[in-house]
Amino acid sequence: MTAADLIFYALAALTLVPALWVVGSPNIVHAGFNLLLTLLGVAGLFAWLGADFLAVAQLMVYIGGVLVLVLFTVMMTRVPQAREADSGAKRAILPGLFALGVLVVLLLVATGTHWGAPALTDAQPTTAEIGANFMTSYIFPFEYVSLVLLAALIGAAILIREPRGTEEDDEAGAAVETAEEEVQS
Amino acid sequence: MNILTEMIRGWFGPDKMSDQMVLILSAVTLATLMFVVMALCALVFTWMERKVAGFIQSRYGPMRTGRWHGWAQAVADMLKILGKEDIIPAEANRFFFSFAPILVLLGSLLAWAAIPWSPNFVSADLDLGLFYIFAVSSLAIIGILMAGWASNNKWALYGAARGAAQMVSYEIPLALACIPVVMYTGSLNTSDIVIAQQGGVLNWFLFRNPFIFVAFFMYFIASIAETNRGPFDMPETESELVAGYHTEYTGMRFAFFFLSEYANLFLVSLIASMVFLGGWWSPIPGTDFAPALTFIIKGVLMVLLNMWVRWTLPRVRVDQLMYLCWKVMIPVSLTCVVGAGLWMMWRGQA
Repeated sequence: MTAADLIFYALAALTLVPALWVVGSPNIVHAGFNLLLTLLGVAGLFAWLGADFLAVAQLMVYIGGVLVLVLFTVMMTRVPQAREADSGAKRAILPGLFALGVLVVLLLVATGTHWGAPALTDAQPTTAEIGANFMTSYIFPFEYVSLVLLAALIGAAILIREPRGTEEDDEAGAAVETAEEEVQS
Repeated sequence: MNILTEMIRGWFGPDKMSDQMVLILSAVTLATLMFVVMALCALVFTWMERKVAGFIQSRYGPMRTGRWHGWAQAVADMLKILGKEDIIPAEANRFFFSFAPILVLLGSLLAWAAIPWSPNFVSADLDLGLFYIFAVSSLAIIGILMAGWASNNKWALYGAARGAAQMVSYEIPLALACIPVVMYTGSLNTSDIVIAQQGGVLNWFLFRNPFIFVAFFMYFIASIAETNRGPFDMPETESELVAGYHTEYTGMRFAFFFLSEYANLFLVSLIASMVFLGGWWSPIPGTDFAPALTFIIKGVLMVLLNMWVRWTLPRVRVDQLMYLCWKVMIPVSLTCVVGAGLWMMWRGQA
């Protein structure tokens, strides 16, 4: 085993061991904090494979954005009560089957894919290339994703908006309009 | 970095060590150096903050310790804090309680790696420099949430929730304000950004484009909020929350939070000087005798401005803070990005 393999296995362990804890921990806040280590491990793997932009974006989006929101939600729960409600064995059957199905599909994809690219080449900065591709050959998916995000923003704005008027008939339409104005401005 | 690896190689004799070993050694040396500089900054800035506060409030501030204007006050404070008992509350979560300060400090220390001190001294000359700095700073947010939750104290939890909400929100105008500069440079590398500003004060990005001039003030306001300092020190508000997320911390662990606060203050000031104020270039072309010193002086002046604002303006309310960010600063910084781009096209600078 070379030093390179050792680093890979250390990063893989950093990703997987806390991930098991995320799934298995009875305390939902502990699960949230362990997600930090898992996401850090994934960022480390990206960096190790020479994908520097992806690694930093992983830090920015998943740790700076998603994990903070997850922790925000989770920290407001009462730990001991949530634990008792979830421990029924009956409830484990359906999610278990679903998880098994996902595992089978993932394994099929992983073994069936032809992994053409070599794992670690001479690490080159990737940012400029990614940016150029976004603006030329992948411009449609890029803009499409931003449209999806805009729709999500409008949806969130509608969900948290308090009903203002007493007329019930055109309330929904007015809500959509104001939310759109808010997002656009 | 290259000089250092050569030095280490020379020190131990050539061909005696593998390349990886030299790399690891130089990385450890640089990290230690950065940490020492960070600790020294915190020492100098605590004294400076007290003197600035005293000056603005028409009093002396520390005058006795160490004779000359109380210069040793910070050293005395540090010794006191080192000698304090380390208390972990009985109901706190021990592991996360002790891990949180390390995470907060790690967030600021990692960001220091990409600061270009002088043309040939950058700890990590990353292609993604600026993006990397903003990304690793988000580790501190998780650390703050962890500290607040693990303390098992309602004030700490409130302080953590406020701190995280504030930092996540203000990260957006902070990053948006830097985007016009990245558009000019065509690179996120911190050294490239500084090199692009060569040739005197008029070539600094601050004065090159009116939209960047506005973006600089957006950056400055957002950086105050990002470091959780007054008038935006909502996470700490001593009249409402005791001391916010570090209410339960004492001794060394508290010192970690304190250290990271001043390290972050200096970090955002250095980024301001690097991105908008010409980094290591001196204002008059041809007088770049001490690049690192020029850079540090600019950073310290920005810190001074920050302290001036802190001790002059009253604290805002939480809702005003959020209003300012989402309804004023984000639209203005977005306008700056678009406007700077149009200006570049109009003046043919692209």
